Amino acid sequence: METILNELFVGLSIASILLLVALGLTFTFGQMNVINMAHGEFIMAGAYTTYVLQTAFGTGLLTLSFGLALPAAFLVAGTLGLILEFLVIRRLYGRPLDTLLVTWGVGLMLQQLARDLFGAQNVNVDSPSFLAGGVDLLGVNLSYPRLFIIGIVVLVVIAIAAYMQRTPAGRRMRAVMQNRPLASVSGVRTTRVDRTTFFIGSGLAGVAGVGITLLGPVGPTLGLAYIIDAFLVVIVGGLGQLRGAIVAALALGMANSFIEYNTTASIAKAGVFLLIVLFLQWRPQGLIVQQRRGLAS
Amino acid sequence: MICPNFGAGAGRRVLAVLAAAIAVGIAGCGDDAGTTASTTGASGDTIPVGILHSLSGSMAISEVSVKDAELLAIDEINKAGGVLGKQLKPVIEDGATDWPTFAEKAQKLISTNKVAATFGGWTSASRKAMLPVFERNKALLYYPVQYEGLEASPYIFYTGATTNQQIVPGLEFLKEKLKVKKLFLVGSDYVFPRTANKEIKAWSKANGFEIVGEEYSPLGNTEYATTINKVKKAKPDAVFQTINGDSNVAFWKQFSDAGLDSKKLPVISVSTAEDEVRGVGIKNIVGQYVAWNYYQTTPGAANDKFVKAYKAKYGADRVTDDPIEAGYVGVHLWAMAAEKAGSTDPEKVKAASKGLVFEAPEGKVTIDGSNQHIYKTARIGKLRPDGLIDTVFESDGPIKPDPFLKSYPWAKGL
Repeated sequence: METILNELFVGLSIASILLLVALGLTFTFGQMNVINMAHGEFIMAGAYTTYVLQTAFGTGLLTLSFGLALPAAFLVAGTLGLILEFLVIRRLYGRPLDTLLVTWGVGLMLQQLARDLFGAQNVNVDSPSFLAGGVDLLGVNLSYPRLFIIGIVVLVVIAIAAYMQRTPAGRRMRAVMQNRPLASVSGVRTTRVDRTTFFIGSGLAGVAGVGITLLGPVGPTLGLAYIIDAFLVVIVGGLGQLRGAIVAALALGMANSFIEYNTTASIAKAGVFLLIVLFLQWRPQGLIVQQRRGLAS
Repeated sequence: MICPNFGAGAGRRVLAVLAAAIAVGIAGCGDDAGTTASTTGASGDTIPVGILHSLSGSMAISEVSVKDAELLAIDEINKAGGVLGKQLKPVIEDGATDWPTFAEKAQKLISTNKVAATFGGWTSASRKAMLPVFERNKALLYYPVQYEGLEASPYIFYTGATTNQQIVPGLEFLKEKLKVKKLFLVGSDYVFPRTANKEIKAWSKANGFEIVGEEYSPLGNTEYATTINKVKKAKPDAVFQTINGDSNVAFWKQFSDAGLDSKKLPVISVSTAEDEVRGVGIKNIVGQYVAWNYYQTTPGAANDKFVKAYKAKYGADRVTDDPIEAGYVGVHLWAMAAEKAGSTDPEKVKAASKGLVFEAPEGKVTIDGSNQHIYKTARIGKLRPDGLIDTVFESDGPIKPDPFLKSYPWAKGL
């Protein structure tokens, strides 16, 4: 029983990390169909933002610098995204292979930039003292960093849902996604909506980067460890579907946790991939399908 | 140490296909195996030497510091008058964390740059890729990292530890000092940890250790919660950890968050050195154990000079560690052998290297003539609060390298 509870928490924790890194992609990949291979480097930018703030404020003010890192990373990664959209991606809409290659190249450049700025070695980001350690509940070790990440994800999901459903900007975003020409003739400035969408999606990658500093390495190639998982969550969930991404992240997290407990970590990775392949054979469009009202595609 | 940290990137996979295609194309035209290293060597007043490490990609995290140490050694040799009266000219190439690239660049250094020797590599995968190139061209490679043993190429000098100089002393430390009876093995899933654990299991059988668990995680893994749950459940006295690359940071952070420390559960690692500790965060690892042959704190005039020179050249915040030192030692060993041979011809350098002694930062090292590994002192270290490592256990003098573990009865049949 204790084991099952422990693995449930591990699964929930993995799911929260998967969802955190995938949330940004539900915007850029899910809504705009842009395969942005530099998304992982935006996560890295968020992680390094935490590092820079921590270095600037010193170790005495860890809580303050970590708190500031969340909005700061959103702005830094979002701005990087805006620049990428403006310089590259808007010229390549509808050319997915070109976008993939170009953004991969941009990702490599960002990695090298990080290496030149911060050195090739991993840097250390200390977690604030209130996040050190954990609490034992019913024999389950709940570590504070993992609880914190679950908390961030819940908040971000609520914020996204509110934005999409309750604000005019969110409505415009959904309109463009569902039928771009119709939205355009109805007076929605689609290029502006695209830019906003890309800013938010990239910014969320930055927020993910802050969370990840609590659990993993912070180095120039950090993004590579998460980018594929992020794409998997979005694809399994169904493009552009927040609900789908949540369910997919939970399913993948739980599958990973329980398969790994009963076998090994390597087999769990392979097993989860196998499950995804089988699932996509059965449901290539993902868990939840976008209703489109256009004639195209 | 073999850590081809793929960063779990399937995005890389798309590119890997492209890269492989390109690599095949280049290898096809550039592979002039007819060139031998007999044309090697000096024209004019300089001797070119190759430096071949990953300066980009995920292994750059570790390899850049080794490149820096090798350049420092070249500087020192040049300031002291060079080799055979000529200045050394380093030719630096980037292996880019891609094993075919290592082979290709090695060939380029040998046939285009006519280097007298090459210093490079980190992962066993990169060494295995370069090995046939150096053997075919009869050129020399100095490889600076501890590895899994079971290899002795006539054209490679191994300046890092083989298993009997690192893993076996680590086990003896657990048995004698920590009185361990039950051991849990945690490693990355590839050749080095699997080979090392096979040896550890054979040793344990002969020494009455019980192995209560064995877990492998993919390279680049960042999720250790389940592994740690399994460790906790098995209740071992200690953990022998062969995790490599970036995953180390994730392991130590999550191990510490799970409420474990060196008092509750000691861990001994063979691939976390001072350079890596800086990225782990010292509070997550303080008090834990590592097994190497050299630490920044190793006493001796040669090390004081080395640490001072390294910090002066690259910044006071930089640290030295075992592979960094082994890279530095390799360059000096080659230069001494070339001086002694009166030539940079690889065969003459090899002959002159037999039994060569050098006062290295780690202490006196001697090249073993039969397998071209070096005699090294084993040192078990304990992490202290400032991120440096204190030696808590040391072998009686340098240990003779035995890459095939022939002198150990328990290792029969491995």
